Amino acid sequence: MVLGRVLDEKFATLYRAGKIHGGVFLGRGQEALSVAVGMQLQPGDVYAPLIRDQAGRLAFGETVLDAARTYMGSALGPMRGRDGNVHRGRPKAGYIPMISHLGSNIAVVNGALLAKRMKGQNGVVGAACIGEGATSTGAFHESLNQAAIECLPLVLVVANNQFAYSTPASRQFACEALVDKAPGYGVTGHSVVGNDLVQCLAVLRGAIDAARNGGGPQFVEATLLRLCGHGEHDDAGYISQEHKDSPLGRDCLKIAEEQLLKAGVADSDTVRQWRNEVVLEVDDAIAKVQREPAPDPYQEDWCALASRHLQETHSHLED
Amino acid sequence: MSITYLEAIREAQARALADDPRVFIYGQDVGAFGGAFKATKNLANEYPGRVIDAPISEDAMIGMAVGAAVEGMRPIIEMQFADFSTVGFNQIVNQAATLHWRTRVSCPIVVRLPSGGTSGSGPFHSQSMEALYAQYPGLVVMTPATVEDAYSMLLEAVAIDDPVIFCEHKYLYYHLKADRLPTEALPTGKAAIARTGRDLSIVAYSAMVHEALAVAEELSGEGWEIEVVDLRSVKPLDTDTVMASVARTGRLLAVGESWPWGGVTAEVVARVASEGFNLLDAPPQRLNAKDTPIPYHPNLWTVHRPTARSIAAAARQLLRS
Repeated sequence: MVLGRVLDEKFATLYRAGKIHGGVFLGRGQEALSVAVGMQLQPGDVYAPLIRDQAGRLAFGETVLDAARTYMGSALGPMRGRDGNVHRGRPKAGYIPMISHLGSNIAVVNGALLAKRMKGQNGVVGAACIGEGATSTGAFHESLNQAAIECLPLVLVVANNQFAYSTPASRQFACEALVDKAPGYGVTGHSVVGNDLVQCLAVLRGAIDAARNGGGPQFVEATLLRLCGHGEHDDAGYISQEHKDSPLGRDCLKIAEEQLLKAGVADSDTVRQWRNEVVLEVDDAIAKVQREPAPDPYQEDWCALASRHLQETHSHLED
Repeated sequence: MSITYLEAIREAQARALADDPRVFIYGQDVGAFGGAFKATKNLANEYPGRVIDAPISEDAMIGMAVGAAVEGMRPIIEMQFADFSTVGFNQIVNQAATLHWRTRVSCPIVVRLPSGGTSGSGPFHSQSMEALYAQYPGLVVMTPATVEDAYSMLLEAVAIDDPVIFCEHKYLYYHLKADRLPTEALPTGKAAIARTGRDLSIVAYSAMVHEALAVAEELSGEGWEIEVVDLRSVKPLDTDTVMASVARTGRLLAVGESWPWGGVTAEVVARVASEGFNLLDAPPQRLNAKDTPIPYHPNLWTVHRPTARSIAAAARQLLRS
């Protein structure tokens, strides 16, 4: 959680300094939920995070370097400058890179899970993360229904952070709670307060275990508040003070720290030390990536196909 | 023994399932029912668990295929009609077509599109989508015109490490027959000379190849020798074979069943005009369907798309110019 937050803050700083090309999208306020998903998945599982899942990505096994290289356009990163910021992953490691079309990755997770079942790999789960905005898409409906029909071990995690960009949840759905949709699809629903780490860990563990043990798709609605703009270009002036002052507006990192102190797992010095350690880790990674080469358009192969012999060449004037 | 174009597609899928445990078929009604056109007849029985009925969810069908491909499978998706692939369009062009380029992980899926017009099918069961998909990088688009190609190209589509849009023509399903399945084939990306000639090159693909061949036969009675080029795949498009044909004949007529704005015929004309302008003895021409949705009534339908009659008229005009 702390690493995710610190890394996000670093990206925001670099963005403001003009060192990042394109957008920066933070997970502020969603780290407890995100990490509860990422850290409870195992090797062999499938994970399709969304834009506010820096904490979960790191917990799933993404390196700080992969994240930094993608944001900073290093040619050495997993996306090699072909895609940027939150659009990154390593599909062969079960880490599905997002496309911008919301809800689209749920069916991709379904397909990976179906394939694993066909190959005899049982006891795996796939987690797909979306926001409440994506529940309005056809892709959401089609893929959740598909997972239910095939009884796939899908955990669909909906971060209901009250706003899809600027659109409030009231303009996104009319049911009382999103979790009410679950029985309509024939899947098990779970609700959790999304800024409470202890609750998130418990509820996600329950959902992930249920999917892993043959319980079919699990739908988790986490209620929380996005504590930042949609991206760093957005001042989020549309989020009311009333929202910010509500219990949902409390920072999940602060709540988690209180929970750790209360449980005697760590004291405040330890928490401070964690933060100092990750600050150094992040600074080292950024310093390294800043020295790395950018993609070279003249070295780029401009080939979209794996079957290179089928790639068309155009414009002989360019040759 | 004779085998139809449709049976060839069924046999290719049977062989793909038999030869490669990574292959499975996913589509609406493809299981026990054997598919709306019976292209998967008995396959669910013969390959239990590998011919799977899908809900009416084209987006999720393609998404599912992409995820399975990431896990090393080689899914074949049957769209019940090519027209319905627009519902899965996003997953095809944004997810499947970009995956390898983004991640270096290949996406070997085949999307079978029962394409093109048959009389009485109307605006939503008659479309030809090849130009739409050919526009997007990262896709291979096949348009087989013969029983032999329907079989061998579908097998090659399964073997290719990229998403393949396989446009199989519904009119050819039952009309086209061959004596036996082929044992060898041209590679993907190579066009075929369906008939040789020296006066005019008609470049066509899919069902229009047969309309063009009928025109060549008819015009041979008038003393003209028409060469017919069957593109076989529209992406990649075999510019070399087209150019060599135009070099022999000096005249080009590109024929396609889809709509006139842009598309495969425009691409053919553009390439010949820009790279082979000096080969031409007359302005290159193209013929497509009319720029309206596809009509239901046979009187309208037969005039909407190019036919041997309209192609012959265009060919005569071009031969006289």
